Amino acid sequence: MTPIVHQFLSIDLAPILTAVFASIACGVLGNFLVLRRLSLMGDAISHSVLPGLVIAFLITGTRSPPAMFIGAAAAGVLTVAVVELIRRFGRLESGAAMGVTFSIFFALGVLLLEQAAARQVDLDPDCVLHGMLETIFWFPPGDWSSFWSLHTLTITPRQVMVTGSMALIAILFVTIFFKELRLATFDPALATALGMNASVIHYALMILVAASVVAAFEAVGSILVIAMLICPAATARLLTDRLRTQVILSAVISITTAILGYVLGAFAPIWVGYDASLSATGMMTVVAGALFTGVVIFSPTQGLVVKQVRRIRLSSSIAREDALGLLYRFEEHGRGRTTYAELHETLGRSIPARLGLRAALRKGEITREGPSLALTDLGRRAAASVIRSHRLWETYLVTQVGLRPDHVHDTAMRLEHVATDTVRHALAENEPDTRTDPQGKAIPGDQSSGASGRT
Amino acid sequence: MSLHFQHPASITDVSASWPTLEELARTLTLQSGFNPTVVTLGTSLLGVAAGIVGVFAVLRKRALMCDALSHATLPGICIAFLIAGMMGWQGRSLAVLLAGAAASAVVGILAVHAIRGATRLTEDAAIGIVLSVFFGAGIVFLSLIQGLESGNQGGLKSFIYGQTAAMHASDAYFMGGLALVAALLAALFLKELALVCFNDTFARVSGWPVTLIDLLTMGLIVLVTVAGLQAVGLILVIALLIIPPAAARLWTDNLKVMLAASAFIGAASGYLGSCASYLLPRLPAGAVIVLVAGVIFLVSLLFAPRRGVIAGTLRRASLNLRVARDHAVRALFERGSSTVSDLAAFGVGRRVWVAPILWNLARRGYISRSQGRWSLTERGRSDAARLERNHQLWSAYLMRHADVAASHVDWSVDAVEHVLSPQMIAELERTLASSTSSRAHE
Repeated sequence: MTPIVHQFLSIDLAPILTAVFASIACGVLGNFLVLRRLSLMGDAISHSVLPGLVIAFLITGTRSPPAMFIGAAAAGVLTVAVVELIRRFGRLESGAAMGVTFSIFFALGVLLLEQAAARQVDLDPDCVLHGMLETIFWFPPGDWSSFWSLHTLTITPRQVMVTGSMALIAILFVTIFFKELRLATFDPALATALGMNASVIHYALMILVAASVVAAFEAVGSILVIAMLICPAATARLLTDRLRTQVILSAVISITTAILGYVLGAFAPIWVGYDASLSATGMMTVVAGALFTGVVIFSPTQGLVVKQVRRIRLSSSIAREDALGLLYRFEEHGRGRTTYAELHETLGRSIPARLGLRAALRKGEITREGPSLALTDLGRRAAASVIRSHRLWETYLVTQVGLRPDHVHDTAMRLEHVATDTVRHALAENEPDTRTDPQGKAIPGDQSSGASGRT
Repeated sequence: MSLHFQHPASITDVSASWPTLEELARTLTLQSGFNPTVVTLGTSLLGVAAGIVGVFAVLRKRALMCDALSHATLPGICIAFLIAGMMGWQGRSLAVLLAGAAASAVVGILAVHAIRGATRLTEDAAIGIVLSVFFGAGIVFLSLIQGLESGNQGGLKSFIYGQTAAMHASDAYFMGGLALVAALLAALFLKELALVCFNDTFARVSGWPVTLIDLLTMGLIVLVTVAGLQAVGLILVIALLIIPPAAARLWTDNLKVMLAASAFIGAASGYLGSCASYLLPRLPAGAVIVLVAGVIFLVSLLFAPRRGVIAGTLRRASLNLRVARDHAVRALFERGSSTVSDLAAFGVGRRVWVAPILWNLARRGYISRSQGRWSLTERGRSDAARLERNHQLWSAYLMRHADVAASHVDWSVDAVEHVLSPQMIAELERTLASSTSSRAHE
């Protein structure tokens, strides 16, 4: 084993594993919090565990992990119950009830800490906020032959074991009760009707959240816990519509976040010549936020970029249809050719308008000779289809909706773009006379059998 | 063998010297020196402002938005500190740091709005993301500052937990001034804020600039948060904004009364909290202020006249008692004179409950006892007749208008007949009469 590997194993591996395990536990459970609009319950619980910890410490006089765990878990479950009580009796919305509860709990914790500090007790509120990831060390044997033994496992730091088992429990819980969780999350009424006890599932989830908050925060601090309960799940939610995929994705995102955050916190400052490390857990939340922002912008199904592209595509397709319709109307008035300038006068000069015109040229629906434009046969069929939709809608609006003939043009101008062949058939079937529209203009024949095939 | 072992520290083992009555009186009447007086006044004023602004935050269901906003101040404070250090200004200058706090709080609010608008995530998720990511970024900056100049960021940490003790008179003036501005703005725009809180759709269709008014609310919250950073710290500032209104809400349904009560509770928390913190050692003012507010909330939750837990429990108990009395009267009406066990067997209730209910009825003169058997008095019989009529009215109503099957009616009627008010009976009689006559016409 080279020294650098050993150094990595003893200084960096244990914190990385702890952060990864804590993130998985929180990230996987967080899916159900986010979907149930309970995201902030994790926030409330992680603030509220402070007095539980301090009281456990003051009672037992030691920082022994089991006592701390029991104290914190009790405070966590108590928070959930108190929030529910205040919500019911105080008639506050759940957000306010959470705010009232956790701030009082946290204040109590700060006060008790101050009292404990008077007895030279080393309980730092900062640890509760941002953990002590950097102080987890591991001293495995220095050579590989003795590395692969049970002994190495027994000297694994406690935090790694605790968060590791919590991650395992969270994964098992979600895997085994996936069906129940899904049903209780999306349709609690149906779950109850099918004989599941939705409130038992709710409390089981809450207890697990409290447990992973407690297991995780000693090592990684409550801020990372809150971030991990919400960010990976929210990020995954923007990438898929399937719950199973979302849960798996959120686990992957959690792992990525933890590793990337640690690397950026511990090594990146050295790379840029800054001789100290940055808070690793803080960096992990920043990475979680960055990943989330990236997905908000670039998600392939719901990202801002995709939405914008879709919007432009739709408006350019509308502009193309409008251009074809315009040329068709010019032809009806006996003008076979028109100019760019005239078209742009009606369509505007926006980017979608230009793109739409270019698409019509590319598809061979319009031909160009210098500045003058004309419909091709293909274009005429497409245009006739648009005009047919337009005039059928106008007829419909007059005969069925009862609008005045001179009030229907603008509405038809919009509706013509959403008419499919089926809609056109249905519109035509209900009219006794589909030869002319209310203004007496001819309605073009059915184009659906033709080669244009556009909708 | 000596029994010498170390006592674990216990909560009750507080070896503080308690203040004398004279000291207590002097502090409470603001006569224990200039600095404590100014700080006490400052925190009281902060309590008033937070109480007023918080009412709108809670009624507009923005409680946790305040939490996101206060956590979002941390990176701003750190960046302001770094910039001030680089520019050679006095880095600890409160105004610079608070300006940074306000700026990044505003960025945080915008981020919550952007996430809610641009994605399909709900507001709670957006708040959670902004809260944790901004605070995490703040922690990164704190560690950066710590590395740059060791020990010099001690002042910054006091913004996380608050540090009233270290507050100077000039800081208290600044805080009090911000609080005063917030309270005055809230008072000035009372009508607009109230309108948006109670019916934002109506406000919108009436042409009020709802978004602008919401921005005003958020702006006021930012002011109070920034003002409260030094006193209570950014984690607990949400308590000042939420707990007083939540407590005040329990006492009243009137907005103006609620505002006054909330302001009063806020002021009392600030005043008592900072006095206690001054008098006793190791009581961090921020936490004590929040705990005083918490105690007031708890008292309100228990003892508020209409919405309190005790009042609610009593109300439910009296309803249950009335229902049980009605059942007993009807049972006696149907069975004639009966013993307690007869009535229990008949389904009036358990033996232990039946006896006191019967005594209660006897005291009201509805029933009387002779030779261990209870029977209705004249008054009881007329009450039974009333109950019987209620029963029939409801049965008829449920069968005709609610399409409940005749075989199911009895059960439903049992549940509702006890809550009929005279007005409702009259109303029922009218509808039944009119429906009968209209049926006769058919």
